[in-house]
Amino acid sequence: MKYALFAVSIFATSLMAAGAIEGDAERQPLNTAAIIMFLLFVGGTLLITYWAAKKTKTAKDFYTAGGGITGFQNGMAIAGDYMSAASFLGISGLVYLKGYDGLIYSIGFLVGWPIILFLIAEPLKNLGKYTFADVAAYRLRQIPIRILAASGSIATVILYLIAQMVGSGKLIELLFGLQYEAAVVLVGVLMILYVTFGGMLATTWVQIIKAFLLLSGATFMAVAVMVHYDFSFNALFQAAVDLKGEEIMSPGGLVSDPVSAISLAVALMFGTAGLPHILMRFFTVGDAKEARKSVFYATGFIGYFYILTFIIGFGAIVMVFTNPEYLDVAKQAVEGGSPILGGSNMAAIHLSHAVGGDLFLGFISAVAFATILAVVSGLTLAGASAISHDLYASVYKKGNAESMAEMRVSKIATVSLGVIAIALGIMFEKQNIAFVVGLAFAIAASANFPILFLSIYWSKLTTRGAVIGGSLGLATAVILVILGPIVWVQILGYAEPIFPYKYPALFSVSVAFVSIYLFSITDKSDAAEHERAAFEAQNIRSQTGIGSEGASAH
Amino acid sequence: MTQEMIEAIKADPSYRELVTKRRGFAVRLSVAMLLVYFLFILSIAFAPSLLGTPLGEGNVTTVGIPVGIFVIVFAFVLTGIYVRRANGEFDDLSHQIKENMRRDMTS
Repeated sequence: MKYALFAVSIFATSLMAAGAIEGDAERQPLNTAAIIMFLLFVGGTLLITYWAAKKTKTAKDFYTAGGGITGFQNGMAIAGDYMSAASFLGISGLVYLKGYDGLIYSIGFLVGWPIILFLIAEPLKNLGKYTFADVAAYRLRQIPIRILAASGSIATVILYLIAQMVGSGKLIELLFGLQYEAAVVLVGVLMILYVTFGGMLATTWVQIIKAFLLLSGATFMAVAVMVHYDFSFNALFQAAVDLKGEEIMSPGGLVSDPVSAISLAVALMFGTAGLPHILMRFFTVGDAKEARKSVFYATGFIGYFYILTFIIGFGAIVMVFTNPEYLDVAKQAVEGGSPILGGSNMAAIHLSHAVGGDLFLGFISAVAFATILAVVSGLTLAGASAISHDLYASVYKKGNAESMAEMRVSKIATVSLGVIAIALGIMFEKQNIAFVVGLAFAIAASANFPILFLSIYWSKLTTRGAVIGGSLGLATAVILVILGPIVWVQILGYAEPIFPYKYPALFSVSVAFVSIYLFSITDKSDAAEHERAAFEAQNIRSQTGIGSEGASAH
Repeated sequence: MTQEMIEAIKADPSYRELVTKRRGFAVRLSVAMLLVYFLFILSIAFAPSLLGTPLGEGNVTTVGIPVGIFVIVFAFVLTGIYVRRANGEFDDLSHQIKENMRRDMTS
């Protein structure tokens, strides 16, 4: 029973690429190599933060790194945001456990990227300045739209942060032998330092370095596995099938019915295009050309990374599964089978030890820690921007905020979010958090994405339609997640879910689009006429970038 | 942007060419991506055994492996195709529009 729950929670979290290390973490003996490498990373990134702090003088520097990031660098940083510790450990763990199903998930995460490139990246860059709410509020009424967009952003960020903090606490406890609370506080404090002092510039470079380290480490592991089989995939698969049976080579039961399959696809695709910390990265490059290039590079890095995690998962089957060194003897005595220490999400960690010994295990552990730090920094910066740029500068100050004051507010917001993240991380330690990232994706897909997409492309959109429809989308996503199998049954303990599907996106996204449409076309107010008329000018700027060059100067 | 500028840009054949061409291109590529992905995911939902068919006698590798890798590579190649055309032809057109506008303003 415990195993079944465990499998379900891995499934739900790794699926959303940010989940947690589930189950009781067992503390490892101190790994000196890991600690030294981690300290090197922290030292290096703090130096970068010091350098970035000197260059971060205005609100524009703080939010967008001065707009001077290249397409290649930004592609690496975007890929870094996406390659969280949980997507590395979670997806390779899922492949280890279920084989082919792991690949199905990674593909779901990837296919949103081309759509972002074709439909979102360029208008976003041409119309926006610091946050995606800039685009949504371009011709609509500032105050209601900003409040709604900021709520969607902050909700997404906080849910994601909970998952990351809990996951990091457990992972660090496991890898470094540090106490859970201490680990969470350490992550929170370092993240606050990076973001408050170094802003987007430090956050971006921390993310780039980590992405490079993670891709290098994962490449080494995949190559080390393939060398054993003379680079023959069939030989690797044959060895894995001999151990785990033929079913690991076929789709399993993870996507069973068509409704769940489509709903999951909708959540992943539109959710990705509505994640505030990802959207924000498009403002760090100079122009639309670089924005497009960043998606091209990001898609390449992410696709490559998912192929690596697939090989790593199979490598773990053949090199970890059978090795008594990684066997969780205590758990085996109770449940049978061959469970590995720390649960299947640790498959990649054990594989790093199997192919590279203590030293490489130390490297991969340090990289996993670095990954958590980089991802929470990006999230916090996105949340802080929603507070300072959307709520403070645009709503409270009605667009007349001093650059310095706005930056001060964003730093206060960063520290507050850091403290909240630490507190939530500690509060949720023993909770089942399998639903939070799913909920974050559902909100991003059902509130953020429809407003952003329709404000760019639909001339008849009005403030009333966007506000009512976006709120309904958000509410539907939240309610359906609560009534669904994960919260209603697994957490609240009812026998049957009221809403039968795990992923509400198909329904909540439809609610959002339909109600935005209805409440916009029936809006006969003068203001609505005005908003429709303003589309022409917005569209010219969105299509050509005319007017956007000077707009970033505050 | 003044109303006059808006009208001038809207009347510019380069602008109309840019908007029509890019919209058509972006929609075609999006449909291609969605089609490939939904075929993949719906084949799993409706006929899970299809992707589980071995590639050949005595071969454990299933059809699903090359198909899965194909979807990943396809996504990457599509972004490459889009960026190539947008950073060339489409950017040339926007540049042309800006040039025309500048000329109109000064004349």
